[in-house]
Amino acid sequence: MFDTETLTMLAEGVLDTLYMTLVSTLFAYVFGMVMGVILVVCRPDGIRPCVSLYKVLDIVVNLTRSFPFLILMIAVIPFTRALVGTTIGNTATVVPLVISAAPFVARLIESSLLEVDRGIVEAAQSMGASTWQIITKVLLPEATPSLINGSAIAATTILGYSAMSGAVGGGGLGKLAIMYGYNRYQTDIMFATVVLLIIIVQIFQEIGNRAARHSDKRQS
Amino acid sequence: MAEPIIEIKGLGKSFRSKNTEVTALRDINLTVERGDIFGIIGMSGAGKSTLVRCINMLERPTEGTVFFDGRDLGRLSPRELRQIRRSMGMIFQQFNLLMQRSAEANVCFPLEIAGVDRATARKRARDLLELVGLADRAAYYPAQLSGGQKQRVAIARALASDPKVLLCDEATSALDPSTTASILALLKDINRRLGITVVIITHEMHVIEQICTKVAIISDSRIAESGTVEQVFFHPRTDAARKLVLPESRAPVLNLGSHRLYRIVFDGGSSFEPVIANMVLECRTPVNIMFADTRDIDGKAFGQMVVQVPDNDETVRRMVNYVTGQGLVMEEVREV
Repeated sequence: MFDTETLTMLAEGVLDTLYMTLVSTLFAYVFGMVMGVILVVCRPDGIRPCVSLYKVLDIVVNLTRSFPFLILMIAVIPFTRALVGTTIGNTATVVPLVISAAPFVARLIESSLLEVDRGIVEAAQSMGASTWQIITKVLLPEATPSLINGSAIAATTILGYSAMSGAVGGGGLGKLAIMYGYNRYQTDIMFATVVLLIIIVQIFQEIGNRAARHSDKRQS
Repeated sequence: MAEPIIEIKGLGKSFRSKNTEVTALRDINLTVERGDIFGIIGMSGAGKSTLVRCINMLERPTEGTVFFDGRDLGRLSPRELRQIRRSMGMIFQQFNLLMQRSAEANVCFPLEIAGVDRATARKRARDLLELVGLADRAAYYPAQLSGGQKQRVAIARALASDPKVLLCDEATSALDPSTTASILALLKDINRRLGITVVIITHEMHVIEQICTKVAIISDSRIAESGTVEQVFFHPRTDAARKLVLPESRAPVLNLGSHRLYRIVFDGGSSFEPVIANMVLECRTPVNIMFADTRDIDGKAFGQMVVQVPDNDETVRRMVNYVTGQGLVMEEVREV
């Protein structure tokens, strides 16, 4: 159906997409984890209330999340150039992807951590646990299954954004779809990229589901 | 002997929301002595859960002071407070176990927090699970345990840091009666064998009767009455206490031409003698037994009976004389 050259191109597209998605997800979690934990710990009824910090972060997260990704990507071009020296290619795409995904990840983490029973946190406090110990030994471990589920959702969303970035200089399957499918009317390549994206999403979701189920000790 | 371990002085707690202020506790004064099993009983919403949380400062009192082992908890730094909380174990109605940790890892948790090394912690966890009768369940996760077993793990966990006091917040309210009895027996055993002072919050009188040595009745945000269980049980001085000792739902409602009700209290010595029958024979007047309940309190049989007496002062006086002569208490119950 496709010649070797096209197949190689598609394979590279898959690798580029995975690279962008996974690296962005990783960095988005580094920042999102910090923000999510602060949102939970500092909320007015949190374990270490700090209402001003909570409100500022809450607004920042909402602002960033209401930016459409394509616009955000263009808006941060100067920042991207300053950080990685270029505005096109896979690595350059990681910058806006992280900026856009980190607040989303923060919300996912916030909601996972809020699911942890307050009574368990109270029990830890009654045993003399510090705030840091509650975060690392209670909140995060108890929320693990939900956090894993969230990470599958985050990776899927970031995958979608990475494909979108193909329109303005990003690489990967998104770029192929736009170059060949949209600009050259090569519907077969467009179709192939879509199928590949669907498969990747399925794999992410399946890994996430299984890992979450495996880690959860709540079913007997 | 009578050495106070927890002293609460003039404690008050109010919660402020936007426009309203709700007072949960006012002017609470209580002393728990070392070795006591101290019950705090009240209807739901009376403020008893807030009170127990003020003892370990999970809730900061808005007024008054709490002394634990001679130290004013309100003046401690956060670090000192965390340190002192390790000498106060706490168990909860909903157990509050870490769901992603095995029973053994749950018991290890307070030791991890205190910086005890892994091997020592595991050894201690094993010993404690043995103590609560769950040595064979160490590797089980909470979801695989029954309610009573979960509470046993929670008790083992609360004991891990070698506390001086064990605070129990409605610890048996989510359990069925026979499991409740076995958990209470375990608490009593811990009190006797390890010398740990136990503070029990409950809304159930039978919990108090089964294991407590002292009791405080909390009603409407205040301590209505406190003393030894016998004192409060035999001679309730306040409405709140009477309500708990003789619950309204079990109170007589029949009307046989008279509303005069008397409560006869058995103190363990004579409940097996036919006191009522003898009294009826002696006074030649029948009485209507409206309510009877005898139970085992601390190894002795105690109980009470409510009888409806005729509307005749002379007969009633003879009855009271007879019963009092048998060494029992007989007092008029006000209509409910």
